[in-house]
Amino acid sequence: MKILVCISHVPDTTAKINFTNGDSEFDTNGVQFVINPNDEFGLTRAIWFKEQAGATVTVVNVGGPDAEATLRKALAIGADEAIRVNAVPTDGFFVAKQLAEVVKNGGYDLVIAGKESLDYNGGMVPGMLAALTGADFVNGCIKVDVTGNDATAIREIDGGKETLSAKLPLVIGGQKGLVEEKDLRIPNMRGIMAARTKALTILEPVSADAKTKAVKFEKPAPKSAVKLISPDNLDELVNLLHTEAKVI
Amino acid sequence: MSILIYAESAEGKFKKTAFELASYAKNIAGQTGTTVTAVAINVSDASALAAYGVDKVLKVNSDKLKAFNAKAYADVVKQAAAKEDSKFVLFSSNTDSLYVAPLVAVALEAGYASNVVALPQSLAPFQVKRNAFSNKAFNITEITTDVKVLAIGKNSYGLKENAASLVEEDFSPSLNDGDFSVTVQSSEKVSGKVTIADAEVVVSGGRGLKGPENWGLIEDLAAAFGAATACSKPVSDLGWRPHSEHVGQTGKPVAANLYVAVGISGAIQHIAGINSSKVKVVINSDPEAPFFKVADYGVVGDAFDILPKLTEKIKAFKAQNS
Ligand SMILES: Cc1cc2nc3c(=O)[nH]c(=O)nc-3n(C[C@H](O)[C@H](O)[C@H](O)COP(=O)(O)OP(=O)(O)OC[C@H]3O[C@@H](n4cnc5c(N)ncnc54)[C@H](O)[C@@H]3O)c2cc1C
Repeated sequence: MKILVCISHVPDTTAKINFTNGDSEFDTNGVQFVINPNDEFGLTRAIWFKEQAGATVTVVNVGGPDAEATLRKALAIGADEAIRVNAVPTDGFFVAKQLAEVVKNGGYDLVIAGKESLDYNGGMVPGMLAALTGADFVNGCIKVDVTGNDATAIREIDGGKETLSAKLPLVIGGQKGLVEEKDLRIPNMRGIMAARTKALTILEPVSADAKTKAVKFEKPAPKSAVKLISPDNLDELVNLLHTEAKVI
Repeated sequence: MSILIYAESAEGKFKKTAFELASYAKNIAGQTGTTVTAVAINVSDASALAAYGVDKVLKVNSDKLKAFNAKAYADVVKQAAAKEDSKFVLFSSNTDSLYVAPLVAVALEAGYASNVVALPQSLAPFQVKRNAFSNKAFNITEITTDVKVLAIGKNSYGLKENAASLVEEDFSPSLNDGDFSVTVQSSEKVSGKVTIADAEVVVSGGRGLKGPENWGLIEDLAAAFGAATACSKPVSDLGWRPHSEHVGQTGKPVAANLYVAVGISGAIQHIAGINSSKVKVVINSDPEAPFFKVADYGVVGDAFDILPKLTEKIKAFKAQNS
């Protein structure tokens, strides 16, 4: 089985979010980038398939040269090879279009993407990729198993979960649950050494017009200070929730 | 030309988010001099939409669509958009809607913006504000295509009554067998309990509750509010609560009217998941807990002492005001 894991390179979750250039660009100054957490779950599940069933695992990122460190990390965790599509991603559709090209040329059976990347939170790449390649698609996926050409996936639904059967090729939008957090792989020394010799192929992008653009950023207005209420005066809390906040 | 909304339903009844979506669409329809059409799947009585400004509902009745199927539903919405010549196709931020929306965007060659939190700032060029960076910032997104697909964040616009005379029309889109390759085998749903996704109020507990045996205190308060229960990540990692209750960046997002956090420190990853909730109440014994920085109301003190008292007071309030 050939697996492709789409890796988004995002600011570490604790990074301070700032903007430059008249608030038109994300300020990467001093920001540490990581594998998007949703993708990390998918990558570990892919490595599991590799170890259990002899799958090959390719990781792919659409991004500039700075994303290579993130791809090397994925190789160190156990992916066999990496692809970087050499383009600065401008919107989710543009990314999906590049990934679709990689999928078509590579003949992958299972494509694992994260349900959402934690920078732009678009939640669109996996679905668009599935639509562009015509593959089956399961979003919000928390478990996936494959037997031959058939896949079984579990997805979260509002207030529960649902088990689905699907056919390969399959695209999933994955999240925590694909593996437990305690089972996430981290690179060890051997992996890091091995990653240096693994192939990282750079592909030029296909032409695709972005359909949206991020024109400006804003930070939430500073919050007014918390109103502290004495634990001996909970009536006041109830009263404020009713009359001031109007939520009860 | 009409603005199309996908009015999501469960067991034949519209979700509240469908009315919120209608309210939002009605506003854009007012600005653009158009009407609002809803597409509803397997809902026999669609009249409830009229109060929120929907002019027409396309009713799709099909046994084949009984179980949710993203590809097939996307195809239905696409055909409805074509029929109505819709330049705007709007979705809520429910799990199923977010599954369908990107498929529709590709089918209509439309630009798509999710997590939308306000009315458009401008219609030409079309610019709209959305949440990004896990709610740590907003992004003004411009959609450059003729047709635009939006997913509106829960509780971001609210319900606005706006009575319209609703025309109900049966609609029979063509269904493609190839769309049904993903099929539902089984589903598990907690019934009789408010879910995090639908809740107006969420009561959430952290490690400060000390152990699963104390969760009755959280459940009691939640029951008094009619709220859903939730927890921080360590609590679900420790197995005190199911993972489905874990709220935050890697867990569930909560866009409730009221979020009550008890014994939760307020780490950045947790806050990222609850930022779009309107009012936050924090109960914590540590006055330095970072959660107080983002809270609207705070009580510094022992949760074990505060929770039972607050539960009684909420019950009394509800009894008086119902
Ligand atoms: C990549 C990444 C992703 C993450 N994603 C998430 C996420 O999605 N969601 C999430 O929640 N976390 C997430 N985390 C973890 C996050 O950093 C914190 O570890 C977590 O939110 C802390 O949970 P907690 O506040 O329940 O526990 P603690 O940090 O242990 O806090 C316990 C609190 O309870 C208070 N307390 C103790 N006793 C009492 C009492 N009797 N009465 C009242 N208060 C009391 C204490 O003062 C303390 O503030 C993530 C971390 C990483 C690295």
